[in-house]
Amino acid sequence: MSGSAHGNMNLTLHVWRQKDAKDKGRLEQYEAKGISPDMSFLEMLDVVNEDLIKKGKDPIVFDHDCREGICGMCSQMINGIAHGPDTDITACQLHMRKFKDGDAIFIEPWRAKAFPVLKDLMVDRGALDRIIQSYGYTSAKTGGVPDGNAILISKENADLSMDAAACIGCGACVASCPNASAMLFVSAKVSHLGLLPQGEVEAARRVRAMVEAMDAEGFGNCTNHYECEATCPKGIKATFISRMNRELMKTIPCPPREVKAGGGA
Amino acid sequence: MILDGKAPSGPLAQKWDKHRQDMKLVNPANKRKYKILVVGTGLAGGAAAATLGELGYNVEAFCYQDSARRAHSIAAQGGINAAKNYPNDSDSIFRLFYDTVKGGDFRAREADVYRLATVSNNIIDQCVAQGVPFARDYAGYLDNRSFGGAQVSRTFYARGQTGQQLLIGAYQALSRQVKAGSVKVHARREMLDLVVVDGQAKGITCRNLVTGQIESFWGDAVVLCTGGYVNVFYLSTNAMGCSVTAGWRAAKKGAFFANPCYTQIHPTCIPQTGDHQSKLTLMSESLRNDGRCWAPKKQGDNRAPGQIPEDERDYYLERKYPSFGNLAPRDIASRAAKEQCDDNRGVGPGGRGVYLDFADSIKRLGQEKIEERYGNLFQMYEKITDENGYKQPMRIYPAPHYSMGGLWVDYNCMSNLPGLFVLGEANFSVHGANRLGASALMQGLADGYFVIPYTIADYLARITPGKVTDAHPEFKASADAVKAEMDKLLAIKGKKTVSEFHRELGKIMWNNVGMARSDASLKEALKLIPALREEFWQNVNVTGGNGEVNQQLENAWRVADFLEFGELLARDALNRKESCGGHFRVEYQDKGEAQRDDENYCYAAAWEFKGVDKEPELHKEPLKFENIELAVRSYK
Ligand code: FES
Repeated sequence: MSGSAHGNMNLTLHVWRQKDAKDKGRLEQYEAKGISPDMSFLEMLDVVNEDLIKKGKDPIVFDHDCREGICGMCSQMINGIAHGPDTDITACQLHMRKFKDGDAIFIEPWRAKAFPVLKDLMVDRGALDRIIQSYGYTSAKTGGVPDGNAILISKENADLSMDAAACIGCGACVASCPNASAMLFVSAKVSHLGLLPQGEVEAARRVRAMVEAMDAEGFGNCTNHYECEATCPKGIKATFISRMNRELMKTIPCPPREVKAGGGA
Repeated sequence: MILDGKAPSGPLAQKWDKHRQDMKLVNPANKRKYKILVVGTGLAGGAAAATLGELGYNVEAFCYQDSARRAHSIAAQGGINAAKNYPNDSDSIFRLFYDTVKGGDFRAREADVYRLATVSNNIIDQCVAQGVPFARDYAGYLDNRSFGGAQVSRTFYARGQTGQQLLIGAYQALSRQVKAGSVKVHARREMLDLVVVDGQAKGITCRNLVTGQIESFWGDAVVLCTGGYVNVFYLSTNAMGCSVTAGWRAAKKGAFFANPCYTQIHPTCIPQTGDHQSKLTLMSESLRNDGRCWAPKKQGDNRAPGQIPEDERDYYLERKYPSFGNLAPRDIASRAAKEQCDDNRGVGPGGRGVYLDFADSIKRLGQEKIEERYGNLFQMYEKITDENGYKQPMRIYPAPHYSMGGLWVDYNCMSNLPGLFVLGEANFSVHGANRLGASALMQGLADGYFVIPYTIADYLARITPGKVTDAHPEFKASADAVKAEMDKLLAIKGKKTVSEFHRELGKIMWNNVGMARSDASLKEALKLIPALREEFWQNVNVTGGNGEVNQQLENAWRVADFLEFGELLARDALNRKESCGGHFRVEYQDKGEAQRDDENYCYAAAWEFKGVDKEPELHKEPLKFENIELAVRSYK
């Protein structure tokens, strides 16, 4: 397992540094030297970090794990775009061939009231877990369920449900939304389960509980910017938001809700 | 010591039923008095925590990620096996059992594998009920595909994201229990020690990865679901945070580590591009349903693939294994790929690659069908390599992917330390020396949903709940030891970074303990690893402080553990003077095919830690085959 040495791109990075949740934070400038176009964006940051360590400085903290676009851990605003300048991709899958020698790159954490910064580029996304805990499931118990083929599901619905279920819970939708709304995230779960007969039984309770939880966490509302759809690494469509709104309207009695457009950012 | 796996007596097909009758139960009203700690929230841990919470136990779950939804089970692409026989192609529980034992080169415990095959069907039902959107046909029925090492179609899938969908199912079931108050999830925590009191597992010591605090948690039982250890090779398909730390720390407290030399090198990964590389990306084995593996017949042929005419291509898997063809098991497909490259017929940078070609399938089925089946994989390939897999063949090369070895457990999934249970990839139990595709998801969920809920009761019913809590002095002693270790790492202030050490270890492991192992290479590794370990403790530079987020420190303890564990892996490989499954000793082969030695090595090797720099003690569990005959494993 050997390969070529690093490449020859040189870049200037402006990276958000923040010691902890209380610190105010600021952008700091670093040089990324000898970068290969075959590197992933996070591998480029690895190179910068190794350099910082050698100089006795604190490396840049960022969340990451699978590095193959599926765990949803990586979370960076790259030049103002969640997960950077490529489509249907997470930051860990973004490759340096998308940049040119001499480029300046701005790297910031997800910014939303509901996602407090923990350190540098690392934020707390516990709010998304709490929304799922509110009702993002079917109440099937382990054991005592019917045969998998006893429930027939049309291919169309199974496929559409899968489209919604592809969400990796990274929070890019929230970070890109001017209102810091989590509507795409919530609607993906509401649709994933609501489109299947197993999940439809609880659809009304689910959508109410999840929207309530979303509001309680301080996420804003949707005012149709569609930034979420544009940056979603899994290509989740904003039509699921309309679907969720329809499902919410259908719930009887429909609890009166205050519309808080623009809040939460 | 001769170990006993405690497989129940009686006919194979009745063992599990009989055992369930014989085991003790915990009264429903008493369950909440028992506290269970579940470490890791992948398929095994998520399923176990959700199910135990639902049963009424008081559960605390731990993960190093920021959410219980992110464990690396999520990255499994291709599918999950079950013996449903929906396609009416002659599948059965016995056939799944047989394929799994044979696939593992007859190095697993019969009874455990049979139980796994039995509950495989319940898993599919359970996941459907949770809303896992498995692929369906137009009539609305569940669809199946084929996987390596089987001649039936028994693999259920959700596009190329099966692991993700199953994990989300388990995570949602877990979330439901969190809301119900029966499970508490501690995210961004890493287990750094097992607390053992009077020989029984009674708790864990963790680092809070946000505040840096060292925290103690007590429980009446500890369930480790902490995954595999192939990041010991540095480059692997595992997530960056995957490590041997939880399992190794338990081993240092007395749990036996079994068969560490059984590592799986997956045949279809995207080849490495340079030294900067931090991980390797897997391309699902399911691609071999429609893709054909080939290499040029001529050595050093560097024409573009399209320029190489049909009769100058070697479809080596179809040639060597006509009855399984491109769906030969992983260990065999990986070795065959390496063989082509070693023969100077590899392709791509450095000649470390072979082709996976879809041209025939696209001609036969149309690109649309291939897109529907594997669209996300082709997209992923293009994002990484900048090449279009529909237009030109993909380049693939083997990479470390999975560990069949793990902590030793008996039929109840309990280690030799009472109260310590180990599930999923973290244990050694069912895959023998090689795991078949689509069986990891099956094992994780089987252990979590359908095994541990029964077997843990049998242990808990025999002890008094809450008898030992974190007030016991062992907890403080453990926390103090962990704190001292952190201080020590931070105080070294050497010249080399943690990842430089990790890379060096990876090179030693890959070159000497990788796909081809020999007496000489293993002895070399046993010299190099301790030397590197010594250097690490004198010359590593861990930046930052104790009371804060410190990713360098996290990496440092993981690499420190790999530097000890890697030695055990090499020692186990040296001890096993045979080739079987993923363990290939060049001295023991028959024209490239693995040569087992059933007379002398038909046992699980369980190692007892005796101290760093001391020889571990080997305990053997003889493997008995009462229902199938030990045979030469042939896929020809
Ligand atoms: S690190 Fe897992 S999605 Fe980026």
